[in-house]
Amino acid sequence: MPFPLTHLVYFSPELILIIGFVVLMIVDVIRPLRRGAGIVALVILGAAAIAAISAWPGTSQTIFATYAHDPFALFFKVFFCLATMVAVLFSLFTFKTDAEYYLLLVGSALGMSLLSGAHDLILLFLAIEMVSIPSYILAGVYRGKRSSGEAALKYVLYGAVSTGVMLFGMSLLYGLTGSTDFEMIRNHFLQESTSPITLFLAMLFIMAGLGYKIAMVPFHFWCPDVYEGAPTPITAFFSVAPKAAGLAALLRLTVTLLPEGWEAGWDWPVMFTLASAATMTLGNLAAIRQQNLKRLLAYSSIAHAGYILMGFAAACFLGFQAVLFYLVVYLFMNFGAFFAVDIVARKEGSETLRDFRGLGYRAPFTAVVFAIFLFSLVGLPPLAGFIGKFYLFAALIQQHMIPLAIIGILNSGVSLWYYVKIVREMFLRDPLKSEPIPEGVGTKLLLLFLVVPIVVMGVYWSPIIAIAGEAFKLVAP
Amino acid sequence: MSPLTYMTFLPVVGIVILLFIPRDRHNLIRWTSAFFTGLVLIIGAVTWVNFDPSKTGINQEGGFQFIDHVSWIPAFNIEYFVGADGLSMPMIGLTALLCFLCIFASWGITKAVKGYFIMFLLLEAGMIGTFVALDFFLFYVFWEIMLLPMYFLIGVWGGPRREYAAIKFFLYTFFGSLLMLLVIIAFYLNTRDPVTGAHTFNMLDMMNQGLQGDWLKGGTVRTLMFFGLFIGFAIKIPMVPFHTWLPDAHVEAPTAISVILAGVLLKMGTYGILRISYPMLPDTTMQFAWFIAFMGMVNIIYGAFCALAQKDLKKLVAYSSISHMGIVMLGMASFTPAGINGAVFQMFNHGCVTAMLFLLVGVIYDRAHHRFLVYPKDYPEVELRGKLGFGGLANQMPVYSGIFALAFFAAMGLPGLSAFISEALSFVGAFPTWQTFTIISVFGIIITAGYILWAIQRMFLGTLPDRWKTLSDINGRELFTLIPLAAIIIFLGVFPQPVLHMMDATLNYLNEVVMLGARAAGM
Repeated sequence: MPFPLTHLVYFSPELILIIGFVVLMIVDVIRPLRRGAGIVALVILGAAAIAAISAWPGTSQTIFATYAHDPFALFFKVFFCLATMVAVLFSLFTFKTDAEYYLLLVGSALGMSLLSGAHDLILLFLAIEMVSIPSYILAGVYRGKRSSGEAALKYVLYGAVSTGVMLFGMSLLYGLTGSTDFEMIRNHFLQESTSPITLFLAMLFIMAGLGYKIAMVPFHFWCPDVYEGAPTPITAFFSVAPKAAGLAALLRLTVTLLPEGWEAGWDWPVMFTLASAATMTLGNLAAIRQQNLKRLLAYSSIAHAGYILMGFAAACFLGFQAVLFYLVVYLFMNFGAFFAVDIVARKEGSETLRDFRGLGYRAPFTAVVFAIFLFSLVGLPPLAGFIGKFYLFAALIQQHMIPLAIIGILNSGVSLWYYVKIVREMFLRDPLKSEPIPEGVGTKLLLLFLVVPIVVMGVYWSPIIAIAGEAFKLVAP
Repeated sequence: MSPLTYMTFLPVVGIVILLFIPRDRHNLIRWTSAFFTGLVLIIGAVTWVNFDPSKTGINQEGGFQFIDHVSWIPAFNIEYFVGADGLSMPMIGLTALLCFLCIFASWGITKAVKGYFIMFLLLEAGMIGTFVALDFFLFYVFWEIMLLPMYFLIGVWGGPRREYAAIKFFLYTFFGSLLMLLVIIAFYLNTRDPVTGAHTFNMLDMMNQGLQGDWLKGGTVRTLMFFGLFIGFAIKIPMVPFHTWLPDAHVEAPTAISVILAGVLLKMGTYGILRISYPMLPDTTMQFAWFIAFMGMVNIIYGAFCALAQKDLKKLVAYSSISHMGIVMLGMASFTPAGINGAVFQMFNHGCVTAMLFLLVGVIYDRAHHRFLVYPKDYPEVELRGKLGFGGLANQMPVYSGIFALAFFAAMGLPGLSAFISEALSFVGAFPTWQTFTIISVFGIIITAGYILWAIQRMFLGTLPDRWKTLSDINGRELFTLIPLAAIIIFLGVFPQPVLHMMDATLNYLNEVVMLGARAAGM
């Protein structure tokens, strides 16, 4: 099939990121420009986001025969650019000079953008690697710090194994169907019968590979150590962007390859039900005992992956719409929570629960905003986290999946306990030290930028849910 | 715009203004809060006067008054829909009054004053919102908004075990409301707007059995839905065995918050059952009415016995609340006009009486810094262990003792005071339906008399210990919070008509709706 060069227009967000990647390389070499690398990265990401927005709602066709140009992909491109921008902003408080750091972030954003549109197994695999490799380096970016190095190594090892497994699954799928193109695979399934066992293994292996990105139980073991060891901005980034990328890929793969009701060998609603229940339960139960806040939030993010998978399990339009909406909310609240942790950690040198004692008196603004993020993570109205959970539960009940809904409810109840433990430490206990923690204007602005959407979307979320509904339109019929 | 909307959101305006007041201007903060709660009270009073008691509400929009009905999230048919009927109006009035009085009972708060009053106003907005909401989503949002400020008010400004009490309250109620959330979603997905055919959160549509989908008709589903709602509400009432958060929360909470907790929040439970469970699931409610009545009886007896055993005066009052809320449950499960009217009137009266009791406990605690009827066995000062905490206070604080006696007698159900009428109505109404339960429950009254008279004897009679010879009598600010409540209790004891008349049309209609609904379902 010839690739008309005009199709490059549809590729503009990625092109901008590629050019930006090169520009950042040059910036890294020119010493006086290095200090501005963060700003350059912001401009690049912003431009890519604008390019993606202006292309909305896309042409709903596959370009270069491997790449989807549909609302779903564009939605996620904007999402990834935004998430990376927040990560860059966040990092500006920590890393002043490392241009290569921002370079890697932009590279990761490029990989995720490709992932969101991948409509072919090969491209999917390459895109995942494009996300992973910068991530491995980013996890170890604190060169002198042992835990950071350990985090990077763990991430690489687990990552290598899981990508290997996934590649094996893909090759099985290729063997079954004789194609790597999603549409051809789907047509093959629709027209001819397949060996259920082989299909089961193939999909299980692919799910393992993507499950690693999502930190889905039982592929989550790397997550707490890496999150704890990596620099906080990177941890926050990992907990949002690659996770969303994994979910996006999983969503496109499942929905495109296996149309609803097609359950020979791979009954994906049931698999996702099991994965969701296990992921949220383990995440929440493990979070209860954590004293280190980064670790606690790591487990909390595992639990949230479990909540999001409830939308997959429901396997209906409302469910997928809820997933997309939840991701938007999750971006703000999770980045916010990690940023608040970092504000304290920068001053105190560590991020255990004790360091937050009496924060309400030492840094009232940060403490109040942090509490809002935490309550949003719990899912209390009138905050956006509640609305997100509401739609997920609504999808489950629409499909009459009451047991999973009850498990979700119990999990939300459990999660209240450990989130409120932090709130208790901040407000109910007197501070150990009286000296205030500095909250600069920049810090406050970033906190506001993250908290305002949480509050606004908790009261008025019509536009976002509408976009989430629009975005769930995939290239496949 | 409806006055109810003003009442709900004026406290929010107050919060915004408080945010701009410097945190060390304590008096300005207090007076601003007093101004806004006062404004709410005035609007509430005007609404009360303009309320037309002949309209019936419950499941017809035309029966509601002061309606605001606008679209909020059109895509999902979520509406801002508020209104009042004879069931909610007394509760709205009670809330506005108690909130205003409690601002003055909070005058002595010195720790983080600004935060306290912000949380207090948020609580008021949540409470009024819950009572006026007629859209189920809106109801849930307000219902949950109450949790946060309550957590902080107990947790930051409470007593020594405040952390435990606050988290216990939070976890209990949060679990309950999550169950409720599932039921709300199930109702939403199985109810269709009669005009557009879309799913709807409109509570009045949900009450229309004809609009409920087939899935909702199944017996098991209905039972599950009923108990999903019921547990959520029972935790708030609190019904035995979900009551254990209450004594902890009350003991640790500051005085004004105990007042709000007992005076308003407990009523949310029974209000929710009447507003939601009754008309939406009439047949299931009828099927399990025996259970509500039975648990009401258990509450009455169990609460009274627990109160009898208490050494801490505040805990005694807390357990007496459990006992008195049992009367509400018994009365409303009777499905007789007298029973339901008595139950709701009891909600109102208990709100006033128990508010007085908690305020009075606060008065003595502020002076003596303890509130033991009898010092516990592990009290730090060895020579005081097992001795009476007070005694002979009637000599030292005559005005205080007089008012306390009035409140205690009202709690006991002495004729001439308001609670007598509501308790009598509840029991008279309940008797034809649940004879055995009612007979056993009435014995609860005797136990109530026992713990109250015994408490009076131990506190106010006998000889005054030397260490209390310096206690000053009640002051003007405290009197200001107590006199209105005392006046209401006496007035309604002699002439209950104003409140009873306000609600009887609505409640009789509610009773009919449930009866008809149950009969239509073949019961």
